[in-house]
Amino acid sequence: MAWLRRSEVVIAGILLLAMILIGLVNPAFWQADNLFSLMRSNVIIGIMALGVLMIMISGGIDVSFPAFAVAAMYLTVKFMLWSGYEGIAFAFAMAAMIGLLLGAINAFFVYKFRMIPLIVTLGTGSMVRGFLLGVVGTSMININKMPDGLIDFAKIDIVSMTKADGTTYGLTAMVLVYLGLALIVHMVLRYTMVGRGVYAYGGDPEAASRAGFDIRLILFFIYCFAGALAGFAGLLHAGMIWLANPRDFVGLELDVIAAVVLGGASIFGGRGSVLGTMLGVFMLVMVKNSLIIMKIDTTWQRVVVGVIIIIATAVTAWRDQKRKA
Amino acid sequence: MTDPFIELRNIRKEFAGVVALDDMSLTVREAEIHCLAGENGSGKSTIIKVMSGVYQPDRGEILIRGQQVPRLNPIASIDHGIQVIYQDFSLFGNLTVAENLAMNVQLREKHRLMNWRRTREIAREAVDRLGVELDLDAEVGHLPTAGKQLVAIARALMSDARLIIMDEPTTALTRREVETLFRIVRDIQSRGIAVLFVSHKMREMLEISETITVMRNGSLVADGPTSEFDEALITRHMTGSDIISEPYVWTPPSGAPQSPRLEVRGLGLKGAYEDVDLTIRPGEIVGLTGLMGSGRTELALSLFGMAPADHGDVKVDGKPVALRTTQEAIAAGIAYVPEDRLSEGLFLTQSIDRNILSTSYEALSPGLTIDKTRAAEMAAETIDTMQIATPTGDKLVKELSGGNQQRVVLGRWLLTDARVLILNGPTVGVDVGSKAEIHRKIRDLAREQGLAVLMISDDVPELVQNCNRLVLMHRGRLVEEFESAGTSEEAIGDKLKAFR
Amino acid sequence: MTRQFDFRSFLNRDNNIAQLIVMTILIFVVMSLLSPDKFLRYYNFESITYIFPELGLLSIAMMIAMLTGGIDLSVVGIANLSGILAGILFQKIAGEGGVAAAGLPAVLLGGAVALLTGLTAGALNGFLITKVKITPILATLGTGQVFTGLAIVMTGGPAIVGFPVLWSWVGNGKILGLATPFVLFVLIAAAVAFVLTRTPLGVNLMLIGTNPKAALFAGLKRERMIFYSYMMTGVLASIAGIMLSGRTNAAKSDYGTSYLLQAVLISVLGGTNPAGGKGTVLGVSLAVVALMLLSSGFQVLRFSNHLIDFIWGVFLLLVIALNAYKNRAR
Repeated sequence: MAWLRRSEVVIAGILLLAMILIGLVNPAFWQADNLFSLMRSNVIIGIMALGVLMIMISGGIDVSFPAFAVAAMYLTVKFMLWSGYEGIAFAFAMAAMIGLLLGAINAFFVYKFRMIPLIVTLGTGSMVRGFLLGVVGTSMININKMPDGLIDFAKIDIVSMTKADGTTYGLTAMVLVYLGLALIVHMVLRYTMVGRGVYAYGGDPEAASRAGFDIRLILFFIYCFAGALAGFAGLLHAGMIWLANPRDFVGLELDVIAAVVLGGASIFGGRGSVLGTMLGVFMLVMVKNSLIIMKIDTTWQRVVVGVIIIIATAVTAWRDQKRKA
Repeated sequence: MTDPFIELRNIRKEFAGVVALDDMSLTVREAEIHCLAGENGSGKSTIIKVMSGVYQPDRGEILIRGQQVPRLNPIASIDHGIQVIYQDFSLFGNLTVAENLAMNVQLREKHRLMNWRRTREIAREAVDRLGVELDLDAEVGHLPTAGKQLVAIARALMSDARLIIMDEPTTALTRREVETLFRIVRDIQSRGIAVLFVSHKMREMLEISETITVMRNGSLVADGPTSEFDEALITRHMTGSDIISEPYVWTPPSGAPQSPRLEVRGLGLKGAYEDVDLTIRPGEIVGLTGLMGSGRTELALSLFGMAPADHGDVKVDGKPVALRTTQEAIAAGIAYVPEDRLSEGLFLTQSIDRNILSTSYEALSPGLTIDKTRAAEMAAETIDTMQIATPTGDKLVKELSGGNQQRVVLGRWLLTDARVLILNGPTVGVDVGSKAEIHRKIRDLAREQGLAVLMISDDVPELVQNCNRLVLMHRGRLVEEFESAGTSEEAIGDKLKAFR
Repeated sequence: MTRQFDFRSFLNRDNNIAQLIVMTILIFVVMSLLSPDKFLRYYNFESITYIFPELGLLSIAMMIAMLTGGIDLSVVGIANLSGILAGILFQKIAGEGGVAAAGLPAVLLGGAVALLTGLTAGALNGFLITKVKITPILATLGTGQVFTGLAIVMTGGPAIVGFPVLWSWVGNGKILGLATPFVLFVLIAAAVAFVLTRTPLGVNLMLIGTNPKAALFAGLKRERMIFYSYMMTGVLASIAGIMLSGRTNAAKSDYGTSYLLQAVLISVLGGTNPAGGKGTVLGVSLAVVALMLLSSGFQVLRFSNHLIDFIWGVFLLLVIALNAYKNRAR
């Protein structure tokens, strides 16, 4: 029964328990429109979390991705407006590419100067956000100016239903985008040598280089990939909320890191999975969104998230201690 | 005799002006079991790194199967069939046995994709080749040390090795595990693969090898068939001298019987040791030896409050003491010098003064602040009495030699009113000259200051020479006691051998 | 033993300090040349002395956490929560003349509440790190959310506006012609420096940060010392919170959020080793002053605040590169 002890199973169990509890407090939780909106809220945080997951498996941490996301999003939208070009594929490619190039800066500093990733990404995050707001601009781009193609794309639903009162609601197709990206990251981590190298490097950097892994390739790969995911998510976010705000995503890094940790990834590297991360993201988003349903004042949101982080990390620490003894 | 596989000739290697290897030569023949002996710091690990291509020698030549190799880098070394099993095994604790076993092969085949079925096949083959049982799906981090070693050996065999270098492979193994290892090593040999066994444990060398090379201070001092060596000879070559200093003699003082410094009664810790009775009088140096896993280190840690015993009593100078924390142990007058100086004993990037005073800062602060003058005085005094070679106590400890570093660790305890001194491997990694001096210092401390010293070591000659009494530990019990006078190293060695 | 103070050897031994001094002077000179009439005005420097102490204290707090290889991501949460709790107290006990007229006893009580908040918060961090054994970065990530969250719960979101005049004096007033926060900063920084270099606590923290395992074998009270260090960090954060609320006459759950990253950055720029064992109050203070001069210079030159963030980030990366280069050259 080894699979029972897998952290994904444990997380899924806790998640299920939480869902049942919330459902007991307010059965409205199980209504389709609530579940659909919950899934919708997973998309952006989830895509970013995939990037953070890879970096965390390698033993690093990234706090720069919200800045990269916002920069990629804002620059791309600006470019689309300036050029009048409406193509979605190109726009997303451009956003991802901006994120990728910014990620390369992280990789360069982490690889070349062996500096702690936290410090490096603090620097690049501050730099990119400062550049964006200081040089590119601070004004929001509203719905009336946003590129239509982008909004239309983000509006696509997989299913749409009509409520009794005539309003319609649906499940956004962006969920599929998220699932697709998650599948890609999973495949990369599990079925490519680079992906295995990320785990190896996170487990023991010295041994990884002795075994013959190309450390430079691994570091550039994960930081660039994470940057690209952030850029992509940034643009998708703008399409989904019909707004390009250059001040967006402030403080999001804490939520995303918390979600990845909840998902069972180790901050010391070497451990973590896509499935676990998706469950962690779902847990975080669900708890945040369900406070209203549970008739708890939303001002408690942060406290609840903080307490969940503390409990989850305490349990992990306790388990590691026991294992060591 | 087989043909030479690798020949190193007159190798010289300097690091920033420090000569690590000088005129070092080593020949390992095909399919032989060869021991490279030398004390810690003699250059063994440097020569390994030359063979594995990590270091390029400044001078000298390397021949593999008679062909000169101009530049040996890590990849070329592996391609030539040289595999090193490092002390830390270089395994990935977070991955499964199967993946660890197959990783090198897959990396060498330069696949971009990970084929899990192939991974299993490779792993299965590796385990079969070695003829051992290993759960391929277990996480390596959860395996015991011996299991990890098997994985490392199996992995090395998978890369068509012609020479497997094992760096101190028996350090963390129990005797039974050592036997399994030796069986495997012989098995490897029978397949035409050479094994270079790097060690400083004489008995094991004599037991397993056919050829021995001894090095000292970065140079070759002796080599030849194992049959030409015995323990005394290897020791002589390794240390450069017979240990001929006076044995330590302790005579019980006449007159009224003194109360013992340290008195241990019925001490036990579940799973580590039990029923330990031990008495050490002022001025006595008692040696404690036993195999790895005998419980000797746990006993020492219990006396220092780091792994508190679950039953039994300890008295210091006749007074019962509780040893639940290190602070309590220190307050009771017990001092401990750890096994691994670098990782457990020293604050490398701090000054000598701070290292010496580290245990005494609270005692040096009558109010809330440190009495700077007294601190400086005490540090200077310790540097003086311990004869630490430094112009100033401001120098960083990492700039000192091994012997001087050990004196810093020892000196720390002169300031805490220590009456019982526990030394775990007091001269590991210390050069020969300093070794004798450290021994003298320990004797002085015992004789002049009346300390009770408990010296734990693998090095039986060291114990016989420096202790007046010796205690043997086996499977968590003190099994035998000898007076050093009239006991030969061989006798104790034979006892130890019998435990295996 | 006489040890004369030799400035050159002092610089050699601690060339990080020298580097920071050179950097500060360089920034000063360049800014003076670029805009002599505006940068060199007394008013400009005076305003710096009002603004930098908050950030300076948070950076020193961060440095203390880093001494043992930790980090404190909850400092800004602690600062805001402290200011808010004091603010709520003042509103509750405000008499006839409103909050502004509150007397000295009330203000002292408020100060005690704020400091106690910092102490408790720091103790919670210390407990989670040393007893529950959560990695500092995760523990303080969690508590930071809780502290900020509690601040939101207490205020319901909007700022608490209106503090006693006496309280505002801490952030706005003058002592002997100097800015009160500046004077306070100098005093507190000196006190922290004293604790770190002249008391067992400080020296033990350095040793623990250098080699936690050796600290255990040397019999240092590792857990207790780390616990104290996070309490110190918490108290320093709450003092920063008092200054911030005094200066702005308001307290809000999301004030100074950019301070968190800046505090980490300044602490590293100031020569603190994030892996532990190395860090000085002087270095951190110089770094904060240098960066404040830089910011104010750019402000005088009409650069936006955002661009200053950009320059800070570039600065940090440059310092990383420079240090790596220096280490390799050695």
